[in-house]
Amino acid sequence: MKTMTSVKTLSGSLAQAAGSIMAVMAIGVTLMFVAGHAQSATLHDAAHDMRHATGFPCH
Amino acid sequence: MVSGAVFAGCAAGLIAALLHFWFVQGLILTGEEFESGARVHFAAPAEGHSHDHGAAAADGAPADAVAADGAEAGHDHASHEHGVADGGFDAKRDLLTVAFTVLIYVAYAFILVAGFGAAAAAGLRIGPLQGLLWGIGGYAAFQLAPAMGLPPELPGSVAADLGARQVWWWATAGFTALGLLGLGYGRKVWVFVLAGAALALPHVIGAPVLDGYYGVAPPELAAAFTARVLGVGLVAWSVLGWVAGHFWAKAD
Repeated sequence: MKTMTSVKTLSGSLAQAAGSIMAVMAIGVTLMFVAGHAQSATLHDAAHDMRHATGFPCH
Repeated sequence: MVSGAVFAGCAAGLIAALLHFWFVQGLILTGEEFESGARVHFAAPAEGHSHDHGAAAADGAPADAVAADGAEAGHDHASHEHGVADGGFDAKRDLLTVAFTVLIYVAYAFILVAGFGAAAAAGLRIGPLQGLLWGIGGYAAFQLAPAMGLPPELPGSVAADLGARQVWWWATAGFTALGLLGLGYGRKVWVFVLAGAALALPHVIGAPVLDGYYGVAPPELAAAFTARVLGVGLVAWSVLGWVAGHFWAKAD
């Protein structure tokens, strides 16, 4: 929630807002890579049906 | 910011999972039967065009009935006789699918809400309507545009080198997102021109493809799978954007 206030009360420094935006974006992209694209066999098998059903390049 | 993203991601992910089991999972299981060779497309043309040699042979009688139903009905018919494809329930596998579907929509939600944050920092208002538009845009970037070059693959399809496809996939998603943002929020003609170029570029370059077609699954099955995957994606992304937009406006 701290990130939220820093982004939304734009009175704070713009750099701070940019920092939390980048952080949230990085979490999202990392999560997406792990769930959707990482090629560990365990991950691949567990996420298999979802990967097919979201159109990720699977195997 | 984060809690709204998690909530919107969970809501969209659960709806996506529900629609997945309604529309898509049966096709995946049937595709896997062709992938593993348990079923073979056009295996027995001499015996009444049955698509399920094993079941027909076991029963003796239904081969003609299956053939008389025509191709599409024949698939359903055969899979019921087979007793797997339409009703297969595997608790562990299905729970993992639900969990990962929720996870991937939470991931999308983080990316979406980071975009909201950037928009807000630029002085733009984000509410449910904007959220819905952003959601549809996210769908275009992360599902529709990549699908133009790399159609969602039914198990049993064969495609080009994985690494090359992943690179093209990510680049297409990124360029499409930038292009749509440029169209939506640009103010100058050169921005629109650049945005159009960004949208077109991945498709001008083209996705990595093989020199031929090697899939073992019937084209009807693969077509139904791809169409349904894209339909489910549109619904889930719309929910994602709309809910995330609501939360964003409320927190404002």
